[in-house]
Amino acid sequence: MTDTSSVLQIKGLQIALPEGADRPFAVDDVSYDLKAGEILCIVGESGSGKSMSANAMMGLLPDLVRPTAGEILFHDTDLLKLSEDALRDLRGKKIAMIFQEPMSALNPLMRVDDQIAEVFEAHDLLSPAERRTRAIELLTEVGIPDPEKAARAYPFQLSGGQRQRVMIAMALALEPEILIADEPTTALDVTTQAQILKLIADLQERHGMAVMFITHDFGVVAEIADRVAVMQLGKIVEHGNADEVLDHPQHDYTRKLIAAIPKLHADDAEEADTKKTALEVIGLTKTYRSGGGLFGGPERVVHAVNDISFKLGVGETLGVVGESGSGKSSVGRCLVRLQDPDQGSVLLDGEDMATLTGEKLRTVRKSIQMIFQDPFASLNPRSKIGRIIAEGPIAHGVPAKQAYAKAAELLDLVGLDPSAIDRYPHEFSGGQRQRIGIARALALEPEIIIADEAVSALDVSIQAQVLDLLDDLKTRLNLSLVFITHDLRVAAQICDRIAVMQKGNLVELGTASDIFNNPKSDYTRSLIEAIPGREKELAAAG
Amino acid sequence: MRDFWSRFKRNRGAVAGLAILVIVVAVAALAPVLFPQSPWKMVQRPFLPPLTMDALPLGTDALGRNVLSGLAYGAQVSLLIGLVSTVVSLLIGIPIGALAGYFGGWVDDGLMRFTEFFQTVPNFALAIVLVAIFEPSVQSIIGAIAIVSWPPVARLVRGEVLSLRSREYVEAAILSGQKNSTIILRQILPNTLSPIIVLASLMVATAILLESSLSFLGLGDPNLMSWGYMIGAARTVIRQAWWLSFFPGFAILMTVLALNLIGEGLNDALNPRLSRKGK
Repeated sequence: MTDTSSVLQIKGLQIALPEGADRPFAVDDVSYDLKAGEILCIVGESGSGKSMSANAMMGLLPDLVRPTAGEILFHDTDLLKLSEDALRDLRGKKIAMIFQEPMSALNPLMRVDDQIAEVFEAHDLLSPAERRTRAIELLTEVGIPDPEKAARAYPFQLSGGQRQRVMIAMALALEPEILIADEPTTALDVTTQAQILKLIADLQERHGMAVMFITHDFGVVAEIADRVAVMQLGKIVEHGNADEVLDHPQHDYTRKLIAAIPKLHADDAEEADTKKTALEVIGLTKTYRSGGGLFGGPERVVHAVNDISFKLGVGETLGVVGESGSGKSSVGRCLVRLQDPDQGSVLLDGEDMATLTGEKLRTVRKSIQMIFQDPFASLNPRSKIGRIIAEGPIAHGVPAKQAYAKAAELLDLVGLDPSAIDRYPHEFSGGQRQRIGIARALALEPEIIIADEAVSALDVSIQAQVLDLLDDLKTRLNLSLVFITHDLRVAAQICDRIAVMQKGNLVELGTASDIFNNPKSDYTRSLIEAIPGREKELAAAG
Repeated sequence: MRDFWSRFKRNRGAVAGLAILVIVVAVAALAPVLFPQSPWKMVQRPFLPPLTMDALPLGTDALGRNVLSGLAYGAQVSLLIGLVSTVVSLLIGIPIGALAGYFGGWVDDGLMRFTEFFQTVPNFALAIVLVAIFEPSVQSIIGAIAIVSWPPVARLVRGEVLSLRSREYVEAAILSGQKNSTIILRQILPNTLSPIIVLASLMVATAILLESSLSFLGLGDPNLMSWGYMIGAARTVIRQAWWLSFFPGFAILMTVLALNLIGEGLNDALNPRLSRKGK
């Protein structure tokens, strides 16, 4: 920390939401300051208003949402009172922002160097040739391999991490005093996330910027924050140095949030009953082909799943982990035959799921059900909850009345009120919808459940509840679970055994404690080392 | 539902359109009460200009028939043909689009080539040929209009089904063992309803225009007084008796305008995320 003067002070900020929202103010009486050369993390769950104060600062609030009280002082000028023109001059030059989804934040039809040059152009700086040179310098600084080539690339030709680096290069272009990062690593894989976090910390130190880092992830906070502000329902509930807040949280909410983070140590699983096999997968292969054909040029072949074999014991939870593109979801979809595998067999009670068709497939599929990722897309918005759950049994010939009675029981089982049966999905929150999705999967009394990123879309406290529910149901109903996730913390908490996938291959399969304590492959090791907040946790554990 | 109405109300044009349509529907429904006599009956001397006799505010035509009465009965014909032909074309277009979108592959290819066959023939020419072959009558006109206007429905439904097909709730339905027919009817089609309703409201307007054009060319049902027929019959005397073509033309304009405004309002109300800002 070179300078301790505040570059930004927010005093008593209040932002009103339009009538009919769930609360009158998006943020209420929020005050904090940001000093030069520090990283302030604003943490909160979805809907806590953590992005709102940053958006107000940049003049990016939605139409009907407006600040009603307080001030945002940037070097003694109140940003809320500035005209649009004056604010535009500050944006980019003094305050820059990077966003969550680098693909949608970059213009897909513009080459990277043109986009960076545009930043200078917008502020009427430098000559076109200088802009181009500066763009390449910036790309070099943010560590893009082969910056000359990357400069002429279109965003779709870059990987997610590289795109985020381009975004950061654009933000740095005019040497801003404040960098606002709104969930910049949420859409990235864990190893890429670790690199980007390191990059942001390095650049912050080199340029002496103040960084406001908005995130929902306490692991990320532990990794980079100097100071932390925890937000709940539009209010700052706790505010202080990172170490203090993380190690000695004062407020109940902070304590609850920290406790809800899945812990990174895997218990020595009680030896699951591996004698009885619920599901056996032998040599499963799925290849995607695109292009080719008469005029298509060379064919593009992706081995999504490459000769994978494993067994799932009765009552066991098998985690399938990997980064995006590793083929973990394709495995799940091949198991339930939402996709047809090219080769291999999926043996379930002596039947090969991979080759069944028609009526036979319909009957066998009853015993293997799936829980989906997106709680908002996985329930038909025009069906009542009762029907959503009862439809499966009815399709298999259960009388409607009995199926609805069962649906009510299942709702009770997953911790919802049975009266939910007559309501529509939009009346429920994400966590509740995920419970409904679980009830639907259970309605056919399956033996095996495939959970495809089932908790990834949920806030950490809700995530913990849903994981507990799954664990509890698994024991009570003697289910076998295939848990597909990108989140190693979640895998550590719930899985007995873990399969690590990379580019369609199974690189390692072992008990959870083996995977975490003695990873055999380099890839697994790099995945584990990249988990945010891991070092801190290790230090705390002693 | 209340939510829908409040969003619909926000579009003033749509409310005005709805008001006009309500008037047209009321006139059509009350035509036999207001004008008990047949609209084809001679009531006065020919070419009586508007506002010269209290009983005949819009005057008479070349054969001394009451223009106002003709307009009222014409409203019946226009609305009837507009609505029924739209329903028929939805009945053709929705199943074709749904099957093509859901099954994909060669089913999709086959059905879409079939659809394109109809799209490549100019609408109006095909409608004229069909009506001419089958003798002009209400049924043949409705049939002809339906046959030329279903392809856009099939295209729209196919597109919607294609995108809904990969939704997780449809996959969940497949996993729970529901039959394809159940999945299409219960999971997918209800979610395509909003764009179909919007398209249908615009199709009614197009159908009314098509019917008027056919009648104008003398291909209307000879037993029904329709707006297009009135304009067609009056075109030779347009310089002596402007009111004979003006009032039916105005009626067509207002009805079609009303339906288009309603369609736009429905679009804003049913697809709130797509509607333009600040309206």
